[in-house]
Amino acid sequence: MSGTRLTSGGLIDRARRIDFTFDGRAMQGYAGDTLASALLANGTRIVGRSFKYHRPRGVWGGWFDEPNAIFSVKTPRGSLPNVLGTTTALTPGMEIKSVNAWPNARFDVKGALDLFNPWLKAGFYYKTFMKPDWHLFEPMIRKMAGLGALEPDLIEGYTSDQVHATCDLLVVGGGAAGLAAAEGAARQGKNVWLVEDHAALGGGLYRMGGTIEGLAPADWVTARKAAIENAGGRILTHTTAFGVFDHNLYGLAQQSALDVAPTLYRLRAKDCLLASGAIDRPVTFANNDLPGIMSLEAGIEYLGRYGVLFGKAIAIAANHSQTASAAARLRDAGAAVSLFDPANGDLSATGRRRVTSLRQGGRAEAVDCVLASAGWTPVLHLWRHAGGKLRWDDTLATFVPAQAPKGMAAIGAANGIFDLDQALAEARACATGEPYSPSPPRFNLTPTLPKPGAKGRQWIDFQHDVTLDDIALAERENYVSVEHLKRYTTLGMASDQGKISNIPGLAAMAALTGKTIPEVGTTTFRPPFVPLPLSLYHGPHSGQNFHPLKRLALEKLHRSSGAALGEYGGWLRPAWYGNQPGPDAAQSEARMVRAAGGILDASPLGKIEVMGPDAEAFVNFVYYNTMKTLKPGALRYGFLLTEKGVVFDDGVVFRMGPKRFVISSSSSHAEGVTGLLESWRQDGNDPDRVFVHDTTNHWSTVTVTGPKARNVTRSLGLDIDLSAEAFPHMTFRETSWNDVPLRIARVSFTGEVSFEVSIPASKVEALWTAITDAGEPFGVSPIGIEALSILRAEKGFIIIGKDTDGETMPHDLGFTLPRQKKSTAFVGDRGLHTEVANEPDRRQFVGLSVTGDAPLPTGAHLVEGADRRSFGIVTSSYISPNLNRPIALGLVERGAERMGETVTLFHLGKTYEATLTSPVAFDPDGARIHA
Amino acid sequence: MQLFPCPFCGLRSEGEFHFAAEAGKTRPVTTRDVNAEEWAAYLFDQKNEKGATREVWTHLPCAEMFIMSRDSVTMEVLGTQTLRKLPA
Ligand SMILES: [Zn+2]
Repeated sequence: MSGTRLTSGGLIDRARRIDFTFDGRAMQGYAGDTLASALLANGTRIVGRSFKYHRPRGVWGGWFDEPNAIFSVKTPRGSLPNVLGTTTALTPGMEIKSVNAWPNARFDVKGALDLFNPWLKAGFYYKTFMKPDWHLFEPMIRKMAGLGALEPDLIEGYTSDQVHATCDLLVVGGGAAGLAAAEGAARQGKNVWLVEDHAALGGGLYRMGGTIEGLAPADWVTARKAAIENAGGRILTHTTAFGVFDHNLYGLAQQSALDVAPTLYRLRAKDCLLASGAIDRPVTFANNDLPGIMSLEAGIEYLGRYGVLFGKAIAIAANHSQTASAAARLRDAGAAVSLFDPANGDLSATGRRRVTSLRQGGRAEAVDCVLASAGWTPVLHLWRHAGGKLRWDDTLATFVPAQAPKGMAAIGAANGIFDLDQALAEARACATGEPYSPSPPRFNLTPTLPKPGAKGRQWIDFQHDVTLDDIALAERENYVSVEHLKRYTTLGMASDQGKISNIPGLAAMAALTGKTIPEVGTTTFRPPFVPLPLSLYHGPHSGQNFHPLKRLALEKLHRSSGAALGEYGGWLRPAWYGNQPGPDAAQSEARMVRAAGGILDASPLGKIEVMGPDAEAFVNFVYYNTMKTLKPGALRYGFLLTEKGVVFDDGVVFRMGPKRFVISSSSSHAEGVTGLLESWRQDGNDPDRVFVHDTTNHWSTVTVTGPKARNVTRSLGLDIDLSAEAFPHMTFRETSWNDVPLRIARVSFTGEVSFEVSIPASKVEALWTAITDAGEPFGVSPIGIEALSILRAEKGFIIIGKDTDGETMPHDLGFTLPRQKKSTAFVGDRGLHTEVANEPDRRQFVGLSVTGDAPLPTGAHLVEGADRRSFGIVTSSYISPNLNRPIALGLVERGAERMGETVTLFHLGKTYEATLTSPVAFDPDGARIHA
Repeated sequence: MQLFPCPFCGLRSEGEFHFAAEAGKTRPVTTRDVNAEEWAAYLFDQKNEKGATREVWTHLPCAEMFIMSRDSVTMEVLGTQTLRKLPA
């Protein structure tokens, strides 16, 4: 079996053996191996099957340029799909599975697909599965498509840490150029960060062999690392710079092990030196996808870094001046090497499941490995993310950096400099600002580009199975723009995002259309440069860390009273109390309120202070209702509108004094209302004459409501006459209780006499205890939000956002006066007189009385005609424990003038009947509220 | 993630800010007749300029609204200016 580990050489630690399995077979590797190097060392040729034809595929690349070696991996901590074998470190106990292959990579049942290849050309899916209906084919195609599968054994605690940092200079790439540049800049006193995606620094140095500046590569790297760190520089290995974002933000992902979530660094770097190197371009020839055919770079990378000599009889098909040294390295390691120059004629490989020979004209060599290179392609993804321009270089047959983005320069191979001495000189000069005179390039190549029309299947995109013929087909069907070519053939759309297929694909299209490659253009490069787990971006920002619940000062007491807590408008609030099932508890609490009374934690009600000499005019302007006539000590219900006239919030306004108001917004809306008020205060008013301050969290509110509310409140011993005559509905008083300021208001959301008692949040436990103790003898105890929702619906009181929608205006809710009479300007005034606002068919707020015992489903539509045209919806629906029948509220076209009409409702296939009524089902005269 | 300079808090992360409006719009005086075209223009017409723009933004932690000039193509922030009167 060919492909063996050498007894010496490379960066692996032969003292630390690692056991793993591949498709169930036991194998061994060493610390320092990647999955791919370990598989190659074990002689594995076929690592997976291609996406479309299920062709057998082997390892092609040495690092992130790998299209084929994608696995599902199970570690002792859990399973991960879509693992790139060439960049993932091997760790003990890994179970590696090939993908796109059933039952395994060597024997693939679906491999028969390849026999049907004439039908699977570019655009095949688009053309074939459209008739009669794509959806008939979709399940079958989805089953066959995709890479790994998600396994249920998710990794616990797979959460990325996120670090924010800044630096003067970011050097991307820890190869020779990057290390030299980072050292130069760090010695000048700059705060330098250097990132390298391999575990070890040194880049391509291990590939080349020989010495660098008189030192062995490992020693030279150690010296540079020490110099950078001694000068205060920071080096991150195993770290990929995956994207450049606005305002010099660089995304870095640091991976410690496959089954540990990578760490995200959000780094602001003033400047960036791109030393990201270059990757090999494939040579496009017949059957160039056979296992055993690799990039030349990969072949000597596995030798130099991992001590793996993959072939014994190796053919090199390359076109440049570094071919000879690569051949010498392979021969030194013990391989027989034959050289092929692509310029001498069309190449073709033969073999089944593995390459067995390479031919050119009459020449044929029996080989077990072909290493191919059409030259270097600089890695310029970050350059393009940052907005840098590219230039096609004819002599290098690739794109090289042109106009630089702000704050970025490219050095070394990324800048098209493939000669080591030259790259070092350039890197040091670029980092330090010292002068640099380029010497003539010591690298040359004979351009080798794909030749349309050549014989055999010539693969351009290995992972997505795009061949030269597919590109020719796309051209014949006029998909010649690169963006169309990409989407029609899926060229470059695999998980490698065209890292190796991009230039051959463009060159083929250029040749087919008679254009130059720059005329064909490139597709857009977008972050991330390599596939990354989404966990990297959200990090710990999920659940409570992302959207924390607002907590009540009384939460501890509620819990000890047996409250069932739930989220209501962002607050964690008691839904009901006690051990009954929720709906039953809410029914009995709602009954108790009307029989005796209830006590509610109403603390989330907004308490937004508006004060200053212009406060009166300001509140009058932002409110639909006239507020300037409000007297100190009184409060008024009203609406805040958007400029379109749509109801934004409802609530009551307290007038504290001539220049001071408190706006009590609805419970879930305090921040939104504060924002609206601030917006009008600062942008449209004189912000020095009116001030807005949200005190919702500083004041807690306990509401006592029901026929016994006055008796319960009286036991607080306040120095206030609580009688209906002295303290009428819609007024409030300020006093103190146990030397703590206290505000008490008569305002009601239940339709019963209510006292809303507000006190600084730090003192509310004492108040709650006093009130609940006082309530006990009267049969008055705490109630939750569910009971409150029923009580307010019995009275036809709306909840904004539930009983209103994004079109509801105040006159739809029966509040018509300010629209007709208010003489001063207010927010939304003109919006209330548009064509839409005057539309006679507007949906208006109504009650619905149901025939029978079953409540209407919330969301049911009122329908008419054979086509069931909807002319309204049910917005709230409950069983009323006080009326002993279902009640409902809704928004209905022309609802106000249709009272008494019987309507049909439709919901999820069922039909209901109801009568339109006034929204107020309970105590329509309102006698109880004033009692 | 961009960095925006709040006139009061300094350079802060984009996520702390909300866009409010394009700068320079004046609310029509609604105590007189405002025709539908004028009102629609106030509500809906946006310049959506390519290049230099002037916009009103809010810095949420301090609730301050201010004018920010920025380039909608390069994302460069050209400057910020407070809406409130500064002491002479
Ligand atoms: Zn601020």
